[in-house]
Parts: sequence; structure tokens; C-alpha cells
Amino acid sequence: MRPFSYQRASSARSAVAALGADADAVYLGGGTNLVDLMRLGVVSPGTLVDVSRIAAGAVEETSGGGLRIGAGVRNGDLAAHPLVRRRYPMLAEAVLSGASGQIRNMATVGGNLLQRTRCSYFQDVTKPCNKRSPGSGCPAITGDHRNLAILGHSESCVATHPSDMAVALAALGAAVHVEGPQGARIVPMPGLHRLPGDRPDRDTVLEPGDLITAVEVPPLPFAVRSRYRKVRDRASFSFAVVSVAAALEVSGGVVRDCRIALGAVAHVPWRAEAAEAALRGAPATPAEFARAADVELAQARPLPLNAFKLPLARNVLVRVLTELAEAA
Amino acid sequence: MKGEANTTRGDAATAPITVELELSVNDQRYPVTVDTRETLLDTLRERLDLTGSKKGCDHGQCGACTVLADGRRVKSCLTLTVTVDDVSVTTVEGLAGAGGLHPLQEAFVEHDAFQCGYCTPGQLCSAVGMLAEAEEGWPSLVTPGIAAVTGPVELDDDEIRERMSGNLCRCGAYPGIVAAIRQVAK
Amino acid sequence: MTTTETGYVGSALDRVDALEKITGRARYAYENSPRDLVYAVPVQATIARGEIIEVDVDAVLKHPGVVTAIWHGNAPRLAPSDDAELAVLQSRRVAYRGQYIAVVVAETYEDAREAAGLIHVQYAAEEHDVELRPDHARLYRPDYVNANYPADVELGDPDAALAHAPVVVDAVYSTPAEHNNPIEPHATVALWDGDGLTIYDSTQGASALRMAVAPLFGMPPAQVRVISPYVGGGFGSKGRAHPHVILAALAAKQVGRPVKLAVTRRQMFAVTGYRTPTIQRVRLGAEADGRLTAITHDVYEQSSTISEFAEQTAVPTRMMYAAPHRRTTHRLVRLDVPTPSWMRAPGEAPGMFALESAMDELAIACGVDPVELRVRNEPASDPDTGLPFSSRNLVACLREGARRFGWAGRDPEPGTRLRGRLLLGTGVAASTYPAYRASSAASARAEPDGGFTVRIAAADIGTGARTILTQIAADALRTSPGMVVMEIGDSALPRAGVAGGSMGTASWGTAVVRACEALVEELERRGGVVPPGGIESAADTKQEVRSQEKFARHAFGAQFAEVGVDADTGETRVLRLLGVFAAGRIINPKTARSQFIGGMTMGLSMALLEESIMDRQFGDYLNRDLAQYHVAANADVRDIQAFWLDEEDPHLNPMGAKGIGEIGIVGTAAAVANAVHHATGFRIRDLPIRLDKLVR
Repeated sequence: MRPFSYQRASSARSAVAALGADADAVYLGGGTNLVDLMRLGVVSPGTLVDVSRIAAGAVEETSGGGLRIGAGVRNGDLAAHPLVRRRYPMLAEAVLSGASGQIRNMATVGGNLLQRTRCSYFQDVTKPCNKRSPGSGCPAITGDHRNLAILGHSESCVATHPSDMAVALAALGAAVHVEGPQGARIVPMPGLHRLPGDRPDRDTVLEPGDLITAVEVPPLPFAVRSRYRKVRDRASFSFAVVSVAAALEVSGGVVRDCRIALGAVAHVPWRAEAAEAALRGAPATPAEFARAADVELAQARPLPLNAFKLPLARNVLVRVLTELAEAA
Repeated sequence: MKGEANTTRGDAATAPITVELELSVNDQRYPVTVDTRETLLDTLRERLDLTGSKKGCDHGQCGACTVLADGRRVKSCLTLTVTVDDVSVTTVEGLAGAGGLHPLQEAFVEHDAFQCGYCTPGQLCSAVGMLAEAEEGWPSLVTPGIAAVTGPVELDDDEIRERMSGNLCRCGAYPGIVAAIRQVAK
Repeated sequence: MTTTETGYVGSALDRVDALEKITGRARYAYENSPRDLVYAVPVQATIARGEIIEVDVDAVLKHPGVVTAIWHGNAPRLAPSDDAELAVLQSRRVAYRGQYIAVVVAETYEDAREAAGLIHVQYAAEEHDVELRPDHARLYRPDYVNANYPADVELGDPDAALAHAPVVVDAVYSTPAEHNNPIEPHATVALWDGDGLTIYDSTQGASALRMAVAPLFGMPPAQVRVISPYVGGGFGSKGRAHPHVILAALAAKQVGRPVKLAVTRRQMFAVTGYRTPTIQRVRLGAEADGRLTAITHDVYEQSSTISEFAEQTAVPTRMMYAAPHRRTTHRLVRLDVPTPSWMRAPGEAPGMFALESAMDELAIACGVDPVELRVRNEPASDPDTGLPFSSRNLVACLREGARRFGWAGRDPEPGTRLRGRLLLGTGVAASTYPAYRASSAASARAEPDGGFTVRIAAADIGTGARTILTQIAADALRTSPGMVVMEIGDSALPRAGVAGGSMGTASWGTAVVRACEALVEELERRGGVVPPGGIESAADTKQEVRSQEKFARHAFGAQFAEVGVDADTGETRVLRLLGVFAAGRIINPKTARSQFIGGMTMGLSMALLEESIMDRQFGDYLNRDLAQYHVAANADVRDIQAFWLDEEDPHLNPMGAKGIGEIGIVGTAAAVANAVHHATGFRIRDLPIRLDKLVR
């Protein structure tokens, strides 16, 4: 780890000012991913600006019945919050299925969104990786990519986004509040994360110096019936192989509305808009859910070692939607 | 083919940056000068001779380094020491009180909840933090009806297993760990 | 037997070192900090084969805090070693990616790590070959496989027998490379004092480590002291000297200061041993009623180019079942990979996965219950050597396990039990492990205060050795455990064999009993009076072990598993695991249960999770951390139970005990795989049983 200087910010404004135009400085939240990456040598900042003391650690109701979640809220507190659990069970479930109790007590909402991929090649500085060292190549395409992308990947990068929470937020259409050198703005989800294209080094649309200050989850009454289902190799404390976040509104046996996102299948938390469109107004039956899944996954381009993610994603999607419909 | 250098980064010979601060560990104050790169785990083990907290992976993947920060269980290997000068840290050395061992420590012996003992301090600190979380009504992924939870969560074996899964035990003492925690949770 | 008279053997004593472990006071290797110490961080090769042209030491020395950087170009020469892995920095050659090629020493750990990460190494890389294949051109037959068994054994005419067998199972099974991953990473603190070397190390054998280290530095073993009172697990990976120990000692000698060296979790995947991947073809020929006529078991596995480690994978097949015609073979290929080594039940763990899966396939092919099939093939004497078994209670384990598990009335039809979306199935497999014993020495001392001190350079790597040796000594001394101080984990104590091969209790226990008996006799001669300076007796079991009667000595067990496989995702979870073992006398039911369950848990982990993935392009194990290399977490281990039979075996050792450290992992993976077949109808012959192999 390279020596770095450490500063503690007391407000978002002062944090942004402290970072200034220093390309060598980064924000430190819970540190669960950043410290890990620094130790691996994947990132080597010269300055850390600690934003964990910024008074943005609350979950508040918004006027329309949504929630505004401070970026510094720890994952553990978020999942335990009664309003989160009641209004958006899928969000609580997603957070609770991530990492471990200890890590959830450290990790912040803002940091969780900005997690880097766990692709083995990205984490090994002795090997090429276009995300870490642009232009060096992607060994994962011909190497091990069992747990990498089947959707939206490029010749440059087949990495997946590792967050569970972000999948639920993408399904819910959250708005990410950002404070940057040019002032404050709002970035919608999906839309925060980007597909790799030929710039896989850029995970998100954020610019240098941008700081996430809050995440606003819009009101969505039918999300009281929502689920996050994470498929993984180990029964706990492991990253998703595929995950599904879904909320379903059914009346009279017909899907009135739905929100669906997939995790661990793409460089972004993958909002399944095609499946949603196919389902709105359709009978709430397993056959229709399967049809919707097929519509969504028609765009998939699995790699040799991860073709199993196609039937897996389809099965989980159908299962989650079927269970939600049965509970309706 | 010629191999390349071992790194992708230029070799800047920057001097370490140190910070003076005072740590609060097990209700004792420790004035220390630390390298900003130092983790709480290394400070505890290498500077304060509090070697009870263990290094199993140094990447937050095993739980052996678990300590309590203001009562919440965290991983000291991912915690930079410079960030915790205003935090009260409790390590395994601080679990026993004036009245003797913590009930969890006694239960761990009774149920043979360890073999080699290396993950044990982390298991114990994690269990202390976990019991507090359940008491505060924090659900886990296996809590039935997480939307409806309003009070302390009753800890059955599945709950304990899920909540303790951040602490790996390669010796396979999990059944003893679960039994010990269940006994104390009652 | 002398040890049973007062009866502490057999009682569920709490661990005698429990307090140290639960309070954090137990000090493991890296936690020793001699004054004036420096930190060493190794540098690993980033090519899999080739030569080091240059390491830019001058640039490294400019970094803050750096004391020295050592590589082949400036390293002191070591004396030649039998084990090429230990000849660190003695050659420009790179034999595998991750091999140590340099070490950086600095005032702080942070400075050492930073400088090691920035070091410039120039290589001449060569094409590497890291792929184990059963048709590899360079396969060869090793002279011996691990534990000195012949590589090949053939009896009768297995090919003809297979050609004429009414029922034949012919299948290929494979197991991946697996890493031991004890939770305490390997670590060494090395300290020179004059001509003597003191090493605080995490080792399974202080005596053996001293013997390995001393000659490299041209010293008699007596000048090396290895101290290792607490060891955070080993599972075989701390059984032999690994190169970091030499690197630490070499660096300490070079800088003239104590050196601390911790192998990181990521580094461990290249430099601390692992279980070789195996490819195994098993053929079983049987009569229609399941009686075996022929068994063949052909194994393909790997070693490194610099050192041969030949896992004895087919060896258990030589003694498990009666069959007149049999052949077992081992073929090895030397690849540009790290050297494999011991991992819990080397040979038995991967070999019995194949054999016991094949037995399940045979049971189905014959329409015979899998428990009954094994009973039908029970041999009267060891099929390999013809020797009588000292005791063999496999059948009793199967029967008792079936009873406790509720096996009776099991519908053999696969893929028919659905609970919700969970496919349920049950499976059984047999376990076995040899009951070895090695010679050791021990001393026993009566103190003037009425207490006793018993000394032996044994290791307690979590097994409970310190506790059970205390019990054994207490009985032999006719006193209570509280009066006995057991000193272990130090090469300055009487010589002891390694904590490996499940032979600690047998080997060390024998020496402890003999030393205590000698002391008791001496005390009796003196009318029970202890002189003011205390009195000591010693024993060495070399003669006793060498002259033991000829028997086939093995422990046996039966494992039963119930699995649930998610019909949509293929996620497999073990709902129940039940083992019944016959392992001689159980010294301490509390620590023994933990040993059995610990082994079974590692077997569950082997069945479902563990796989080190070789990156063919770069030639290293890719998933080298605990987030990617999955070992079982708490949530994976649900209902797991271990039982044992009261087994009296007079042909073993004074305690009547067989080893229990390894048998728990043997057969577990097969029991789980057999249950997965019963649940789903899919036979998974390549471990681990992950969801991608089951999802449809």
C-alpha cells in the first residue's frame, strides 16, 4: 500500500472541496471494498477523504411516501429500518443477503453502490485487465468467467457488478443524489452504472470528485409484496451467481404492474425492462412469467463457462414471480 | 517472450505518513503514532500487544479479526486505525469482566465450540455483537416475515447459523458454536 | 492396560488449553515479537516457467524503511536439500507461478509490503504446461506413492474378470485441486543467537521441522529450536517444512536481526501445499447379486517439476472390499505447478469419493441396497496383504448408522421426492483410514510439590492432543489431570512424530505411557518419595513400534447424508449428515466428537464447494482467497452428528486407540454425491457438486 494522507470531512461540501481537482484522492466510506483494493494494489490513492462522519446517516420519509436514505447509512442499519422492511422488503432482503453481519455494519449505502467487480483478474495486479489497466486485455474471456456476465458485456470486459443492494435499488428506480465539483445533481437508477463498452474502467457515470450523498427510493405501494432471491454456491457469505429482485402488482389474475432486476449477470444491476413490458397486462401465470423471462434473456450472450446462468436466471425469475403472484 | 515487471505502478519512494492519536481499547487509552496505512488489526497486534484478534485473510473474508466498535461487530482488518480515534473498541481480551468470563466464553468451553482456537476470538466478538443486533430487533435473511419484526428476534439454530456465517471455522466447530450461542441467547 | 485404572481416559474433559484460547492469551507463531525485529515480505514469481534475469535490488533499497532485498543474485548459499522446494533463492529457475523469488525486509510491515509490491523483476519466460490430462505424454509411474506404498498392485486377472462379469460399472471420477486453508496462515518468526536459530512457527511437527531446517544452514539439529505451542489448524499443510520458513531464517541471518514473516492468504495458494487434482477411472465387475469379482482403480494426478508428491489415491481400494481380481495404479505428470502436499486424508479423501460413488452405481445396477451391497463384499482378511484385521467393524458401523439415520424402507428410485421445490435424497458411503503409529520419545517428571510434568514435542493443531495426552498421563501416573502439566510444541522437548496420518494419539500416547510407567516404577523403588529436585524418567518407543505384531490396522466408518437440491436453481444443501465410526478406544468423547464432526464438515465442504481453479493462461490457482475459494460457512452445516462404536482392539497401542483426525472426511463427499443422485437422478462424478452441474 502506498503511503497516503488522511483527512476527515464534516460535510458533503467540504468533502468535495477537500478532494478538489486532486485525481490522486478518493473518498473513504466504510472501507470494506476500498481498503481491500488498496491492499491488493488495485487502487493506490495518495489521499483519503473520510466521508463516514458526514451527517448523512439517516433514513427519512419523503412527502410522497418514499424514503430518502443518507449515503452514510450503514447496510446493517438500512436493512433493520422498519420503513425499509415494511415498504420495500426486497431492499431489506437484498442488503441482508450481502456479505456478513460485520461487513454490513461497516459498509455504507454510497459505497455499496460503488463496489468494484470481484472478477479474479481485476483483483490480480500481475495480470492484464482492461478495467484496471485500460488496453491491457481481458483474460477472463478465454479464461475463467464462470461467474461473469451474460448480458451487456463487451469484447473489453465481461465483469459483473457485485452488489445485491444495487439490484433492488435498480428495480425500485431509485434516484441517486450526487454532490460534485459542479454542484448537486440527481442520477437515476438504472443509469448510475454503465455497460463496459470500450471503457470498462468506468463503472458508473460519476465524474471525478462526485460524492453520493443520498439515495431516494420512490413510493411504490405494491413493493410491499416484493422479494430478493439470491442464488449462490455457499449457503451464506458469498457473492451471487444470479439474483432476482422483483415486485408484482396483481389484480384479477392479471399483472397490473411490476419491477424486475437481475443481479450477477451484467456490468450493471440489470433492470429487466423487456420482461416488465411483456408482463404488464398479462395473466399472472408461470407460463407468462416464463415467456417474459425468455423475452428478457433473448439478448443474453453467454460465454462457454457461464451458459448455465441462462436457465438459472429464467428459473429463478419464474419462481420469484410465481411466489409473489401466489402471495397476492 | 520476456516477462514484465511485477507491478503496473511507478515506483514512487514516498515516505510513510504518520498520525498521532489516542485509541480506546477495552476501556483503556493508548496514545499511539500510526502509519496511515495501518489497520486496526495490525495496530492491536503489532503495537499494543493485543494479539487476541487474529489475522486469517486480511481481506474481510474470514471474520477472525472481528472486534466490537462502539458495540457493533466489525472487521478490524478492513478498518484503518486513523479512522477509529473516536471509537470505543472491544477485543476478545476485553470480554471478560471483573466478575469473570463472559457467559459466551464459558459456553464455548462447555460445548467445545473451537478446536485450534484461531477463529475463536472473532467468533466470540461476533457473537456478542450478533446477540445485541437480535435484541435490537434486527432481522436476518432467514427471519420469517422480516417486514413485521418489531421486537427482539428469537434466535433458533437457523438464525444463529446465518448470522454467524461471517466467521469461518476451518476446524468445523460450527455445531458447538451454535449450541453455545443458543444457550446464552436464552 | 495401565491407562484405564483410574479412568480419566474416556472422560469428556474440557480442553486443558481452553482458557488461553477463549481469552486471546494463547500466543500463535506470528504473535511473538522479539526486540529489534524487522518484517520480511516475500516476492512471488509472476511467470509459471522460465528464468529470472535480474531483480532490481538497488531501486528497492531506496524505498523508505527497507533494510534489504534478497534474491538469487545476492542470496547466501544454502547446503543442498532433498526437498528442492526448500532451496529458496538458490536458482534463477522459476518452476511455478507464485514461487518465492525474492524477499524484502523493512522496518515496518507496511514498508516491506509496499516495497515488495514495487520490485522490478526481469524474466525470460518459457511456455508452461499446467494441465493435468489422463492422456498426457509425460505421465509416468512413480516408484512409490505417499506413505511408501507401491504405485501399482495387481492380483489375479482383472481384465478377464471384468470381461466376464454379469454387471460392470466403468466410470471416470475427478476431484479438483483443493487447498487446506487453515484459518491461521503460515507464519515464521526467526531469530539467530550466535550460531543457534530459534524459530517460532506454525507447524504440525516441531521435531521434524528442526530436522528439515538445520542441514540447510549446515548446522546440527540441536542448534535449531522450533517453538510452536499453539497452531491455528493445519490439516496437513503444516506437516512438512515449507519454503517460507527457510526464507525467514535466511533473511534473519542476512540482516542480523529477528525477522517476522507472515504468508498471506493469497500467497498460501502457491507455497504451502494443496491436494492434487485427480482423475480416476474405476471399474467394478460383479455377480448379479452385487458380489464383486473385479476392481480396478486407475489414478492420474500431478506434481511439480521440482519435487515429487504422489498422492496414494487408489490405496484404500486395495483393502476395502473382497474381490479376487484387482488392480490399482497411479500415474503422475510433472507440471509447471506448485508442489502438492498432504491435505487431510491424502489418498483416502479423493480415492474413496471415486470408489464409494462407484459402489453406489453398482448398487443401483444390481438392484441391491447400498448398505447391503457393502455388507456382501466384506472381506475376511485384508485383501491386499492377506493379514488379519486387528479389528474391522465396517458392517457394524453401516448397520448402526442405518438404524440411527432411518435408512430402512428407503425407496431407491431417484428423483421422486419433492418437498416444495426441494428435491430430497439420501446416500451412504463407507469410510476408512489406516491406524499408523510412529516412534516418539517422552519424559515424565515428578515434582516435589506432588505435581507432574510430562514433556513431548507433540503438536496440538486443534485436535485436542494436549488434553488427551494429559488424560493418558494422568491415568498412567495414577493421578488426576489437574496434577499434570503437559508441555508440547517445542523441539527442545523429547522428539515426537508429526501431527499427521491420524497417528498422534497412538504415537505420542505410547511414549507418554511408557515414560509415565517408568516414572511410576522409579517412584515405587524410592518408596514414593520425590527428592527435592524432582525426579524424571524418559522413554523412547522406537523398539516397541518396530517390533509390533503384523496386522492390518484400520479405522472404519459409515456416513449417511440427506440432501435437498433446489429444483429450479440446482443449489444443493446437506440437510443431515450422520457418521458412525469404529476407531478403537475414544480417549475423550468431547474432543473426539469435534474431530469427527470437523472432518465430516470438511468433507461436506469438499463435496459441495471446494475447488482451486487452475488458470491455464497464467499458470496459477486463480481463486486464491476465501471469498472465491469457498469453505463451508456456518449456514452450510445444519444437522451433523457423529457416533462411535465401543471397539476393543488389543493389537494397537497401550490406549487401544485408532486415529480419528482424518476418517471424518473420508467418504463424506461420496455420501453427498450419492444422495444428490438419489434426489435428482443426476450422477455428479466431478467434484464439487455445484449448481451449474445440476441446473436445467
